[in-house]
Amino acid sequence: MPVMTYREALRSAMAEEMTRDESVVILGEDIGIYGGTHLVTDKLIDQFGPRRVIDTPIAEGGFTGAAIGMAMAGMRPIVEMMTWNFSFQAVDQIVQNAAKVRYFSGGQVTVPLVIRGPNGGGVQLSAQHTHSLENFYGHFPGLKVVSPVTPHDVKGMMIEAIRDPNPIIFLEAGALYGTKGEVPEGEFTVPFGKARVAREGTDVTLIAYGRQVNMLLKVADTLAADGVAAEVIDLRSIRPFDEQTIVESVRKTHRAVVVQEQWRWFSVGSEVAALIQEQAFDDLDAPVERVSGAEVPAPYARNLEVAAFPSEQQIVDAARRAMYRG
Amino acid sequence: MSATDTMASAALADLDGDKLRPMYERMVQIRVFEELAGKNFAAGLVPGFVHLYAGEEAIAVGVCSHLTDKDFITSTHRGHGHCIAKGVDIPGMVAELMGKSTGVCKGKGGSMHIADVDKGMLGANGIVGGGFPLACGAALTAKTLKTGGVAVCFFGDGASNQGTFHEGLNLAAIWKLPVVFVCENNGYAEATPVHYHCSATDIANRAGGYEIPGIVVDGLDLFAVYEAAGEAIARARRGEGPTLLEAKTYRFYGHFEGDQVTYRTSEELARYRDRDPIQAVRTFMVARGVAAAEELDAIDAGVAHLLDESWEAAKAAAFPATEETLTDVYVRY
Repeated sequence: MPVMTYREALRSAMAEEMTRDESVVILGEDIGIYGGTHLVTDKLIDQFGPRRVIDTPIAEGGFTGAAIGMAMAGMRPIVEMMTWNFSFQAVDQIVQNAAKVRYFSGGQVTVPLVIRGPNGGGVQLSAQHTHSLENFYGHFPGLKVVSPVTPHDVKGMMIEAIRDPNPIIFLEAGALYGTKGEVPEGEFTVPFGKARVAREGTDVTLIAYGRQVNMLLKVADTLAADGVAAEVIDLRSIRPFDEQTIVESVRKTHRAVVVQEQWRWFSVGSEVAALIQEQAFDDLDAPVERVSGAEVPAPYARNLEVAAFPSEQQIVDAARRAMYRG
Repeated sequence: MSATDTMASAALADLDGDKLRPMYERMVQIRVFEELAGKNFAAGLVPGFVHLYAGEEAIAVGVCSHLTDKDFITSTHRGHGHCIAKGVDIPGMVAELMGKSTGVCKGKGGSMHIADVDKGMLGANGIVGGGFPLACGAALTAKTLKTGGVAVCFFGDGASNQGTFHEGLNLAAIWKLPVVFVCENNGYAEATPVHYHCSATDIANRAGGYEIPGIVVDGLDLFAVYEAAGEAIARARRGEGPTLLEAKTYRFYGHFEGDQVTYRTSEELARYRDRDPIQAVRTFMVARGVAAAEELDAIDAGVAHLLDESWEAAKAAAFPATEETLTDVYVRY
């Protein structure tokens, strides 16, 4: 199977879909001639021209709203949000129009739209450039929210997103653009709402999404050396949400640790913990552990940033608490 | 110069009786629709917020008379007039105000969210300034797909201070989009007068910052609006880009029903009532022999009948089934 980077997988998904469907266009800041700040759209303008790879002014509310209007009028735009941190400028358009217009029009208006870009931190961009917005966007009915972590998934989920007739919030693991992985040749999709069991185990379930999944795989190695077989679940999709895979795993392991870079209060991890107590209460042998970002704006200095995000050690400790081995 | 003289001087060769009669009828439809909406809101038949368009009819009708179903409009919280002028079904609108299952949005949107995609009506918008980017996008679709369509973005004086105004006009200008921004300057952003909230004497002056045409017209004068909108829309269709058209107007009622309207005088209202845009068109048509008074009376009676029937039908219609609460969120989930 061919090996490609996360970035290349993303680009190939968009290029293939643009070739297949002329109504697919991309809009964003510096995505055309410059190739994109993160080079995700590099050279797509050479292949598809400026009418389909559309450079925009720095005006997130304006061009995101315009993409929503394009979608309402019959096209299938992809918006590159240079980083999701800038999407706060566009929240009114995303929440008040994209997420709701189908409902308040009684089902008349559809918004087949993908908004994509890097999400999350870990590269010392400090307070205003470091957010994990899964729970924020996941809160609004009308949006679908996904967060792929492997090159395989980012390609299959991007193709799925472009073909989906709803507005999709596509949160990329920005720190992982250069990571490599196997990606099948030819067209394939990864359906939304289906989590991935990244590693099977019987003793404790570790749950995350985005780049924390890779951290969990390392933690599972550490725990294995201790004789603990951890199961690792990659949520992949925040809305819709795969309840079944989580519940089945917890019924097997009786213990769960949920890990997220975002803040603890009102977070995805809170929802996972609530789900487990609702559907697997009698199967639990220990309280669900949550490992989250510190309750501070993201710091700049390396040591502070590291301290503010979940560490492998924190996750190991949480797993041991769940196993009563702490 | 009286309103009638102004209109006479602006009257266009292509506005013969056959064109004027339906425009007059649309204006009357809007007026009667709004008067009954206000009355029935007071009677408790309409929930939520209702913002009446009465007084501004010449703008919606003067602009939308140049549009077909392939053209798009975005509208505002004060959107009933735009909907009617764009051809949205009136009984369906009345039912929507009442939140009935027979409403154009199945009772799920209400006054501020009336939409009809088949008519190119992309939706009223309850957020001031929400429509600028959407209209740009609809225009970009029309341009990309070469449909020949244009988009019209209706907005009020208050919306001209939102960031979306700037972002939308700049996008439209740099991409030469087939879009016309129609500012309905009725003098008040809710309760705040335009001379306080806006730095520009004419909002159309702001077009200069985008190097696009900025035109001011008398929004109480159907012919002036029709002529200026016709030029702006034709320009957009020719691929020459956007126009900012400011129509100075006045709303005959408050910001919303229930507004005590403490911020303007009864003398001011009376001055504008004397210049009623519908009465002016009627006077012109009769004076010029375009239509007999009896003919217009018959139109008025027909409109009254249509609206009465619409309200009776809406009152008799069912509310949406409770199961409808959970439908229409996603195409598929």
